[in-house]
Amino acid sequence: MRGAEMRDWLQPHRIFLGLLGLVIVLWCATQMRWDWLPKYAPLMAEGIWRTIWLLVLSVFFGMLLAIPLGLAQAAGPWYLATPARVFCTVIRGTPLLLQIWLLYYGLGSLFPQYPWIRESDLWPILRQAWPYALLALTLSYAGYEGEVMRGAFKSVPRGQLEAARAMGMPRHKILSRIWLPQAFRAVLPTLGGETVLQMKATPLVATITVVEIYAVASRVRQDTFIIYEPLLLLALVYLCLAGAIVFLFRQIEARGPQVRRPG
Amino acid sequence: MAAPAAQHRSDPAPEAIRVEGLHKSFGPHHVLKGVDLTAHEGDVIAVIGGSGSGKSTMLRCINFLETPSEGKIVIAGEEVRQRPEGGAADRRQIERIRRSLGMVFQSFNLWTHKTVLDNLIEVPVHVLGVPKAEAVDRAMALLARVGLAEKAGAYPAFLSGGQQQRAAIARALCMEPKAMLFDEPTSALDPELVGEVLAVIRALAAEGRTMILVTHEMKFAREVASHVVFLANGLVEEQGPPEQLFGAPQSPRLQQFLRSVG
Repeated sequence: MRGAEMRDWLQPHRIFLGLLGLVIVLWCATQMRWDWLPKYAPLMAEGIWRTIWLLVLSVFFGMLLAIPLGLAQAAGPWYLATPARVFCTVIRGTPLLLQIWLLYYGLGSLFPQYPWIRESDLWPILRQAWPYALLALTLSYAGYEGEVMRGAFKSVPRGQLEAARAMGMPRHKILSRIWLPQAFRAVLPTLGGETVLQMKATPLVATITVVEIYAVASRVRQDTFIIYEPLLLLALVYLCLAGAIVFLFRQIEARGPQVRRPG
Repeated sequence: MAAPAAQHRSDPAPEAIRVEGLHKSFGPHHVLKGVDLTAHEGDVIAVIGGSGSGKSTMLRCINFLETPSEGKIVIAGEEVRQRPEGGAADRRQIERIRRSLGMVFQSFNLWTHKTVLDNLIEVPVHVLGVPKAEAVDRAMALLARVGLAEKAGAYPAFLSGGQQQRAAIARALCMEPKAMLFDEPTSALDPELVGEVLAVIRALAAEGRTMILVTHEMKFAREVASHVVFLANGLVEEQGPPEQLFGAPQSPRLQQFLRSVG
């Protein structure tokens, strides 16, 4: 930031709010109990890492599923559109907590009954909780974003697809080079918000013993009977993650083509 | 190169596009009721008619953007194979044929997420496998011809309607099509922008390109067309050289139509 910009930015109300924030942070840092922090810091780092990869993988795989789900509903034949619509409706119409439990306690207790699963190489993974957590989060994201992508595909002007057809573009090229990029751009702002929501849904997997950051905070509370401090720190962690997600999506948006004339 | 239009009619030039007994229904709505039309190489055919007469539908049936309900489409001697229930039977064939027909739409339909240059090279590079440098050279030459060289890097949203339509024409030309199909190319333009687009089309006609032009611009049709087709109620009501159709219309419908468009 250059000098002139800096001066413009430093308005009285901003200085006041900044100082107020500083006072609150200082008060929290000095007046509250943080002596537990060094002992639990490694566990917290692990928890944050687990939260991040659960989020990243579920968003990635969820989006991979959402694209065909949206496409099937927007332009597919009925035998693809109907199952896609049913899937999205069921996922969006039931609590995520329920889905997580159904997968973990349902599938998770069904699998051990089959010896060939128990004896397979996958069993060491399948007996853990995180695959079910990741699967539930992925399906949930896919369900919501499938609906978002349906609208996105429909929002691309028909004429542009027609132009592509008229120029003899094969269907898969129309999808990958014309339809999908435009649909995606149309929903980028929505996806940013949806990803923040997804992040805020991740604590639910703590209920099936996946130790992500929320579970770590609960553990601190149970071990030390300190209530507010871990929760405050937890809020701060989620805020930072949300900020990072918003920043990331803004960057992606800013890089794209200027589809509309400004102003 | 720029042979006068009348000469093409007397020459037995090879057939470029033939439409035979074309019917098209949208549900109970019977739009085309058996249209025949032949364009020889170098022909400039203007298709005129009131709204709802089926002119655009006829044009869109030629490259199967609409599925003909009945009838034959023959492009450069090759008949488009159709399924018994309608629609192109061979995807590769229709895609190949579409690439030989450059289509220009009323609403331009440039791809808004790509620059003008990327619109032009999209199909040559990513479908036809033309090396990018070569495609860019050809695209820049075409953009210069339609007067848009300095807009190559702009996104369509930053272009006027006339500029967008000229870019769309250049995009169609980039495929080196055997024939051009224009679907009311100036109908969506502000009046002051019509001229620049017509000038481009006029230049293409003058260099002997085969084209079928659905239009509401009667003066323009009379000037550039070698042959005029008047569609009414889904049938060819009258056709012939422009002097004859505009100068001495035979059918009462055409007489009335020409009076109504002034």
